[in-house]
Parts: sequence; C-alpha cells; structure tokens
Amino acid sequence: MTASLQITATAPDPAILDLPWHIPLEDWPAENLAALPRGISRHVVRFVKLSGRVIAVKEIGESVAYREYELLRALSRIGVPSVEPVGVITGRQDPNGERLEAVLVTEHLQFSLPYRALFSQSLQPDTTSRLIDALTVLLVRLHLAGFYWGDVSLSNTLFRRDAGAFAAYLVDAETGDLHQRLSDGQRSYDLEIARVNIIGELMDLEAGDLLESGVDTIAVGSRLVERYAELWDTLTGPESFGAGDRWRVAARIERLNDLGFDVGELDITTDVDGTTVRIQPKVVDAGHHARRLMRLTGLDVQENQARRMLNDLDAYRAATDRQGEDEEFIAHDWLTTVFEPALRSVPRELRGKLQPAQIFHEMLDHRWFISREQNRDVPMAEVAGSYVQNVLRHRPDEAQVLEADTAALPRVTD
Amino acid sequence: MATVTFDKATRIYPGTERPAVESLDLHVEDGEFLVLVGPSGCGKSTSLRMLAGLEDVDSGRVLIGDRDVTDVQPKDRDIAMVFQNYALYPHMTVADNMGFALKIAGVPKADIRKRVEETAKMLDLQEYLDRRPKALSGGQRQRVAMGRAIVRSPQVFLMDEPLSNLDAKLRVQTRSQIASLTRRLGVTTVYVTHDQTEAMTMGDRIAVLKDGVLQQVGDPRDLYDAPVNVFVAGFIGSPAMNIGSFRVVDDGAQLANTSIPLDRGVLSKITAEDRGRITIGFRPESLNIVSQADEGAIPIKVVLIEELGADALAYGELDLEGEAKKEISSGAGEGEIIVRVDPRNVPRKGDTVWVSIRAGELHCFSASTGERLNP
Repeated sequence: MTASLQITATAPDPAILDLPWHIPLEDWPAENLAALPRGISRHVVRFVKLSGRVIAVKEIGESVAYREYELLRALSRIGVPSVEPVGVITGRQDPNGERLEAVLVTEHLQFSLPYRALFSQSLQPDTTSRLIDALTVLLVRLHLAGFYWGDVSLSNTLFRRDAGAFAAYLVDAETGDLHQRLSDGQRSYDLEIARVNIIGELMDLEAGDLLESGVDTIAVGSRLVERYAELWDTLTGPESFGAGDRWRVAARIERLNDLGFDVGELDITTDVDGTTVRIQPKVVDAGHHARRLMRLTGLDVQENQARRMLNDLDAYRAATDRQGEDEEFIAHDWLTTVFEPALRSVPRELRGKLQPAQIFHEMLDHRWFISREQNRDVPMAEVAGSYVQNVLRHRPDEAQVLEADTAALPRVTD
Repeated sequence: MATVTFDKATRIYPGTERPAVESLDLHVEDGEFLVLVGPSGCGKSTSLRMLAGLEDVDSGRVLIGDRDVTDVQPKDRDIAMVFQNYALYPHMTVADNMGFALKIAGVPKADIRKRVEETAKMLDLQEYLDRRPKALSGGQRQRVAMGRAIVRSPQVFLMDEPLSNLDAKLRVQTRSQIASLTRRLGVTTVYVTHDQTEAMTMGDRIAVLKDGVLQQVGDPRDLYDAPVNVFVAGFIGSPAMNIGSFRVVDDGAQLANTSIPLDRGVLSKITAEDRGRITIGFRPESLNIVSQADEGAIPIKVVLIEELGADALAYGELDLEGEAKKEISSGAGEGEIIVRVDPRNVPRKGDTVWVSIRAGELHCFSASTGERLNP
C-alpha cells in the first residue's frame, strides 16, 4: 500500500510513513489522533500525533494541496505569520486499491488559540477588539507582501498571546494568491470579505450565547475596516510638508517603529523649487522590536512581548545606573540575572501553560500588582515564586489547544 | 439588463511582455451561462477577475449592462463570486445563514425574510429554514452556501473553477446542481474551468482562450462541429480529435499510398506559406471501417482496445514505414490515432484495420496558420 505513496516535504520525518495512510482520514483510529475536531469544516481535518508533536492533516484534492503547500512555503519565506507546511501526500490507496484523497500536512502552531477557545475561557474585557487588531495587522502584512487571502475570517486564523495583545497567524491559504503587488480593488475586496465573515462569525457566537455582552457585531466589522485603513495609510501613505518641517521625516519613522515596523525604503522627493517635501514609505518590515531584542539577546519572541522586554531592559539599565554602558553588555546581564532565573523558577510540569516570553510578561504584570499591594518593590525572584504559585498553577494548558478550522461548508457526504 | 461586455480589455502584468489577456472582445447576454475555458495560463481566470474588479484593466473597458465598471470597486459592481465563501455558521438557523449579508447591509427585516424564503423555495430548503446547519445533509448545506450568494440578487454570478477541490463523483453531482439552479434563476453567469467536458455540458456558450487571446466563442455544437483553428479542434471533444499534417498531392492529402480527397474550396485556400502541406482533423467517431481498396482508406495497426460498454475505442498507429507514421497525433499522443468502433465487432490487438473519414466530417486547417479552411 505504501509503495505508491508520494511524499513532498522539505524535511520528511520518517515516522510519517507509519501513519495509516491507507485508511480514509475520517476513519483513523483514536490512537493516532491528538484530538477530534470541533465544528463543521469544509474538508476532513484531523490533529495527529507524530514523534511527540502534533500535526494537522487535511484531506483535499491533489492540485489544491500542492498549491496551498507552495503558498504556505512562500509565506514562510517572506516571513508572514502563518502555519508551517510539512508536506503533501498523494498516491494513497485503500487495501482494495481504491484511490484515496491527497492530504496537506501542516505543523500545529504551539500555544496558538482558535478564536472560539478564547471566547469560551473566562473573558477578559475587550477580547473582541484585541483579536480584530491582531487580524488587522496580519491582513496588512499579507497585503504588503502581495498576498490576496480571499477568505479572511476568524476561523482561518490562529491567535497567540503577545504580551497584552494577540498576534494572528494565517491557517488556511486555499483561496489565496500571491502577486507582485495587490491592486486597490483586490485589497478592498479582501477587506470586504473579512468584514462580512467576521461579523458573521461574531453573530454566530452571539446566537450560541458565547459572545461577551455588549458587543456590537457590525461595529466590530467596521472597526476592522477603519483600523486597516489607518495602518495601511501610516505604513504606505504619502505625506507632504513644507521644507522647514523636516522633523516630520523622523516622526514618521518613529510612528512606524511604534507600530512595530521598520522602514526599509523611504521615498523622499521635493518639488521643483524645493519648498515642499513629500515622503512615502516604499518598503516596510514588521518586527522592529522583535529584531532589536533578537540582536541584543538572541531571544526569538513576538513583537509586543519584545517591546515589553525591551522596556524592562531599559528599566534595568536605569535601576542599575548603567546609562553610559554599551547596550549589548547590559542586555547580556539582564538576560542572565533577570530573565533566565525568572523562567527557571517555573517547574517543568507547568511549562506547557504559556510560551516563555508570555510567562515573563505576566510575571512583570504580577510584579506591578503585588508591589502595589505590599507597598514595596518586590524583587523578581520573589515575584517569580509568587506568580507560579498563585497565578500560573491555575491557568489552563495552552500549548496544544486543538480545534479544526471551523470555516464552514462541510465535505459533502451524500 | 445584466449583460456583460469586455470591450478590447487588456491586462499585462508588470514586468511581462505578453499580455495575460489581450484585447478581449466578448459579450454575454442577459441570463446566459457563459463558460471561459482553456489550458492553464490562457487568461480565463484573469478575465474573470477583471470582471470582478480584482484585476486592473490596462486598456479597454468592462461593462455590466450599460454601466462602465472598469474603475468601480468590486463591492460596488453588484456581482457575486459564488463558492468563494463557504462559511456556514453552526449556531445560526439556515434562514439567518442565508440572510446575514443582507442584515449587515441594513436591509429591513421583513424584506430579508421575504428574499430568504424565495431563495429557499428555489433551492428546496423551505422546510429547513428554522433548523441549524448540523441537521442538514451535505448536499443541502452546499445549497445553503449557494443561497447566500443568490439572496443578494446580484446582476452577475462569477464562478472560478468551483469544482476543482471536489472529488470526481462530487464534481459531476455538483456540476448538474449548479447548471439547473442557474437556469432556474436566469441570472447571467460567467464560469471558468480548464475542463472542456465541464464547459461542454454546462455552457450555453463557450469561449475558448489560449495565451491570452480569445480563439472562438459559440455554443457547444458550433465548437464541436466547426472549430475555427487547430487549437480549438484539439481542445474541445473527448477523446480528442485526431490531427495530422499531410502533403498535398494533386487533389488530395497524401499519406504514403493513401490519398484523402480534398474539396475544391479547401484547395483554393492553400497558400505559399503552407508549403504544399495541409493539416487534417477527424474525430474518432468520424471513421468508417472499410477495405483496403476503398478510396481514402487509411491503414491503422491496432495497439490497444478500450471497452466502454456502449462504446469501444481502438488505439492504433498509422501502419506505414518510417517517419510518416509520426505525422499524426491525437488524445492518445504522438503517432497515435483513436477510432471509435462497434463494440460488438471489435478488432484485435495487432490487426490492421482500414478506415476512411466519413463525408462531411473532415476538418481542414492551414498548415502554416492553423486556421480553418473548410466552411
């Protein structure tokens, strides 16, 4: 049976050959599965155990599978947040020699949360807007890269905690298309699809009594459109000012940095007599803070987490009175005396609850909280212990929250 | 009137030389189901996207009805891309699932209910309106998804290879569902596929594209019986037409010892560029089994027989010496001919059968331009 299997993958794990490819995916035995999917989904999807990790397996047509695989690879190369593709498997046959559908295999994104899971936990106020903001950033980044999504929705997205916000990751590229550059028509249509889909998904949560009260679903959809327009304009829009106001160039770059973007290329033109200056960012790269932190500490974390940690690094520098010193040395000391010891105090069995950078972020929050309570500056060592005992222990595990993409139309079975 | 017009519409991707769509002139009638078909890269999807507003139009225009929509945003064109969004919301009723786009648009509740009910009636979903999607069968859920596009009453439906991610059995089933539904609705539909069988079975008219250029537009019968060039001849019809290049000797197309008689009208159209050659095409069903002595008899050495029940196909090679054998090609490949034979009287592998082309079923094309020569 396996003789005719064809596996296209960049780094195939031999263990993948041991999975029961000769059985239709929906009949796979429980011992191979990490979880059963929830919700109605268009294709058969399963979360499968492989070599101590979890992969997502989706049964779809062969050409569609290859296409999506290539798109996910391209997105990964470009650096857009998306699920990592593992491979495409074709040539499947059941024991009678009947052809079985091809599959696309992707890595399960650790510590990712499907939106329904976020809504079913005890709710933070404002979850909805924070998710929308995360999705806005993702959509802008995709569009900057020339990627037209075609089916933007909360169900096609996974979210990761990113300090006090969320970071969104693309899960389904089936309807996507990569172009050199997107036209305004393409961007606006993608945005309109997003707006309609998201309102629908929120209305659905509402119909199921799962939505935080007081949410105006249509206003949320409009918020997406507004935030997108703002962000897009800040990142790509032209700006003109008098030649005497050249500080505006630095201000624009700073604004972009604050939003988490670096300017790769800035177009500056003056008019004929040099009285008016016009600037327009041509290339922008996300991850301004993440890159800086990586450079200083080697840590690979998400944008807002990085921002928080850089702030703590600055505070550490001030507290230890080392303003004149080289950044690199201070960063190294912060790492070895603050960050790493804090994380080491988390017992092994609790490490599956949150990503390390997220734990650190919550410890910083906890420090602020108990310092106020006790009216003193509680040192990090104590904070860590208190956090583990009083907060982390009671949190659910988020390393593997598994749910199939619940974007809708089921595989037709009759 | 929801007609669709491409008026010399052109799209050239930046950095490329050859247009993806070159000066497309195409008019779709109100209520017509028009299929855009062609091999990968022919420009069919690009054309559809130009109509949707998802692709810039570099020159020329696109019109919906009398309205020039060339620079109009997609959501303001009153079109619906069907099957693009499959989302069925599990907690909402079928009625709410179908109508929520109208709700978002602020359409009054009473109007929504009315339009949803009309649409549900058309889709045989009336009794399910207050149920949840989970209670529906797969086929019914698919119809709810279609209903969502229909209920918006767009002027035009656009469908871009909607069956491509379905397995073969489902493809045939869904194909007929789409065809009968759009017929009932009478909404102008532009449908893209690379599959010529799909095109032939679904379209009122078919537009064949190649390399960005429209080759021919007509109803399925026109395209089948009178393809305007070699490309269309070989693309439309399954199994594909047998096509070969022959020398013109006296009044016939010469193939070793066989001469296929050619019409005076055809002969007069042969030009110097053709260098004394002509391209001949004939479909597998256009061949009669004859004897060696008959005029225009072609010898075929049978290599394979395919029994299809009501039909049988014989795959063979021209039974000639040397290079002349390879002059012909068909759906089976270079040097092969496909002949439809009587299933009760099937030749054996290794036999040589003599076939001749039935009168009036010979297609003649210029050897240099590929254009059709006979009327």
